[in-house]
Amino acid sequence: MKITLKVWRQKNTNAKGQFETYKLDHVSEDMSFLEMFDVLNEQLINEGKEPVVFDHDCREGICGMCSMYINGRPHGPKHGVTTCQLHMRSFKDGDIIVVEPWRAAAFPVLKDLAVDRSSFDRIMAAGGFVSVNAGNAQDANNLPIGKEVADEAFMSAACIGCGACVAACKNASAMLFVSAKVSQLALLPQGQPEAKRRALAMVNQMDAEGFGACTNTGACSAECPKEISLSNIARLNREFLSAGFTAQAE
Amino acid sequence: MSNSKLDARIPEGSIDQKWTKYKSTVPLVNPANKRHIEIIVVGTGLAGASAASTLAEMGYKVKAFCFQDSPRRAHSIAAQGGINAAKNYQNDGDSVYRLFYDTIKGGDYRAREANVHRLAEVSGNIIDQCVAQGVPFAREYGGLLSNRSFGGTQVQRTFYAAGQTGQQLLLGAYSSLQRQVGMGNVQMFARHEMMDVVLIDGKARGIIARDLISGKLERHFGHAVVLASGGYGNVFFLSTNAMGSNVTAAWKAHKKGAFFGNPCFTQIHPTCIPVSGDHQSKLTLMSESLRNDGRIWVPARKEDAEAVRAGKLKPNDIAEEHRDYYLERRYPAFGNLVPRDVASRAAKERCDAGFGVNATGQAVYLDYASAIERYGKIEANKQNIHNPDKATIISLGKAVVKEKYGNLFDMYEQITGVNPYNEPMQIYPAVHYTMGGLWVDYNLMTTVPGMYAIGEANFSDHGANRLGASALMQGLADGYFVLPYTIGAYLSGEIRTKSIPTDHEAFVDAEAKVRQTIDTLINIKGTKSVDHFHKRLGKIMWDKCGMARNAEGLKTAITEIQQLREEFWKNVRVPGEANELNTELEKAARVADFLELGELMCMDALNRNESCGGHFREEFQTEEGEAQRDDANYSYVAAWELTGNNQWTLNKEELKYENIKIAARSYK
Repeated sequence: MKITLKVWRQKNTNAKGQFETYKLDHVSEDMSFLEMFDVLNEQLINEGKEPVVFDHDCREGICGMCSMYINGRPHGPKHGVTTCQLHMRSFKDGDIIVVEPWRAAAFPVLKDLAVDRSSFDRIMAAGGFVSVNAGNAQDANNLPIGKEVADEAFMSAACIGCGACVAACKNASAMLFVSAKVSQLALLPQGQPEAKRRALAMVNQMDAEGFGACTNTGACSAECPKEISLSNIARLNREFLSAGFTAQAE
Repeated sequence: MSNSKLDARIPEGSIDQKWTKYKSTVPLVNPANKRHIEIIVVGTGLAGASAASTLAEMGYKVKAFCFQDSPRRAHSIAAQGGINAAKNYQNDGDSVYRLFYDTIKGGDYRAREANVHRLAEVSGNIIDQCVAQGVPFAREYGGLLSNRSFGGTQVQRTFYAAGQTGQQLLLGAYSSLQRQVGMGNVQMFARHEMMDVVLIDGKARGIIARDLISGKLERHFGHAVVLASGGYGNVFFLSTNAMGSNVTAAWKAHKKGAFFGNPCFTQIHPTCIPVSGDHQSKLTLMSESLRNDGRIWVPARKEDAEAVRAGKLKPNDIAEEHRDYYLERRYPAFGNLVPRDVASRAAKERCDAGFGVNATGQAVYLDYASAIERYGKIEANKQNIHNPDKATIISLGKAVVKEKYGNLFDMYEQITGVNPYNEPMQIYPAVHYTMGGLWVDYNLMTTVPGMYAIGEANFSDHGANRLGASALMQGLADGYFVLPYTIGAYLSGEIRTKSIPTDHEAFVDAEAKVRQTIDTLINIKGTKSVDHFHKRLGKIMWDKCGMARNAEGLKTAITEIQQLREEFWKNVRVPGEANELNTELEKAARVADFLELGELMCMDALNRNESCGGHFREEFQTEEGEAQRDDANYSYVAAWELTGNNQWTLNKEELKYENIKIAARSYK
């Protein structure tokens, strides 16, 4: 099939970017979207041009590194799929596809389609953990956890930290990302001693990073490749509010 | 047989006492001194993240590096099936000894006993630690942890979190790491690539790293350097590794004096999605856990296979009696759960004989129809449905399979466009893991003092073949429970060493050499892309140093790789500049190292005149086509020492089996 691409090109964080148009004549429907970009880059290199920089690594939908905003949707048109798992059979011969980087103040563009998501790491460093050193643990089966609770925690833990939720949100809010981690650990008994402190610390860091406010439009969950539920945000709000009421001056 | 240059430093005493005694007698570093000791950790997968966080918890100053944009993205994240531990929660007779035995046997008697026993001993602690961190393992209704079986074992000792065990374990280790980052005990350098290791007076004292965003070269001092940089499967271009996985850190260490152990021991995983075309950039694994319930077969009649390849026959139309469940036929005791090397070779044997499916003939079926029916009947019983019709059974069975393997089935459908609930999956073996790696002693130290290698980057625990669900176990064992102790043996002698300023000439020299290599790559301005060379190297490796090897092919491969390397350095095209984000430059530097490693892998495979585990030399097989080991001559670790420009000398570490009776490896 023949595909026309309009791709955002930007030399570095401070440079002004623009769209460039590229035509590909031999795209196979079995290619993944990123393999189509490999073909484009090979073509650009052979023409003596600079290839498009884009983030990617595992190419099996789990590392969370790929991050393209395709035709106005993070990770493209298919539901519950990352860009690397999107295949060209989801497009038609002759399609024009617009590809942009994640757009959010807290995710500055590094080059072309690659953005800086280190703000997520800093939010995790603020409280996204259980404080337990190696060697301190009791026998794993000494702490039975009901299957329903374990499964629910697992659903929250499935977040891959790609940032699609932020890219999808008109306010560039990171609430779905933060709430997924807060929920996972608040649901499990291991995480409960620090639950309130964690919610406060992670939300404070999220605000400091410049993410926007949540207005409950649900775009984040609708576009999440791992289908992280909006109920996580409700749980975060509960945890955060109750933490605020009961916080001790420190 | 052993070489005086290799001292494995295995503690004295009986196998089950070595580690306990070692831990009680290893020299310690007191807390005040730990604060002044800096450790560099390269790589943040399961081994690197767990080591960095644990060392920081103990009080050391840690600098951690990864090339990804976040430590959470290291390729451990993609491990699907599970992690082994000798907990015996299923009361099925498991024990530390059995895990030790299965691992040694699974590795075809080419692993070091003392290391493997230690691995089995700490396996239970890993599960405890991960649960304490909030890793959401699968559980039973009673609230206790659930287990499943993996290849090469007859017990259920694999813990899992749906098909995302690696992700959940890595996020656990990553959260511990971020906690230490937040406390200021770990300095994290993401989007940084280690370009060289710096030696001063023969000891590892730091690294040169490239900031991948600005392109700037940086010098970092450490009292010790820990390499947790993963395996080198990407030398084959097509593998299940992430696109960025590379050998560079380990290779630079090798070039600075660290011996490379058993480089030819590569694991070809039997259940991957087959290649679809020339555009293919990587291969996707379908978890080994699928072999718990799936049955592997090809058509029993050649005409059926040909009709399938021509698109004239569908697998569901082939009658039961015309199917060849070749693993169940050849290996009745283990059936579809034989170890990976055995399953891969058996698939290749059927496809080479003309029974393969897919348009290419390079695929076999993995069929869930009978599992769906079996689970459907059980479920109908549970729900008190008497005499259920076929449709009810199938629908109930599909729901159970979805619960167990749903994400894997979805992934298969996304990639292939075929619904695996209705039609058997097609699979074919692909490069997945490398058992070889930097040679390390019992302390996990390489032959360079102060330089350690952990996780897949070292050679130590899996012999010639790794069992499923053991890579996660080894990565976390090394990082949480082994290295943090053993590194004390070295660092206790370093408490008087002050931080060495990075204007030391060793740092200046190393940086200058890195800069020179980068400038050379940029200035070749040839006509072919990096991928062009990488794909050609991959084809040589897969055809001649892949699932089956022979002396003639390996000799040809060595010549071809040498020629390709020469061509690369004359004709590669790296667009852009050195001082910017330049992904082609990153790839070029990595492929340059693969072009050297490939040759060494072929040399090692050529040297080893036997078949063992993943290393199958066609000249050495039994009449039934099984691997034929030569214990009299090859019961050693091949530790290769670089002695000149692409010149190597072989050193041998003899393997002694004092606790396991070495035997032919049979799964029949």
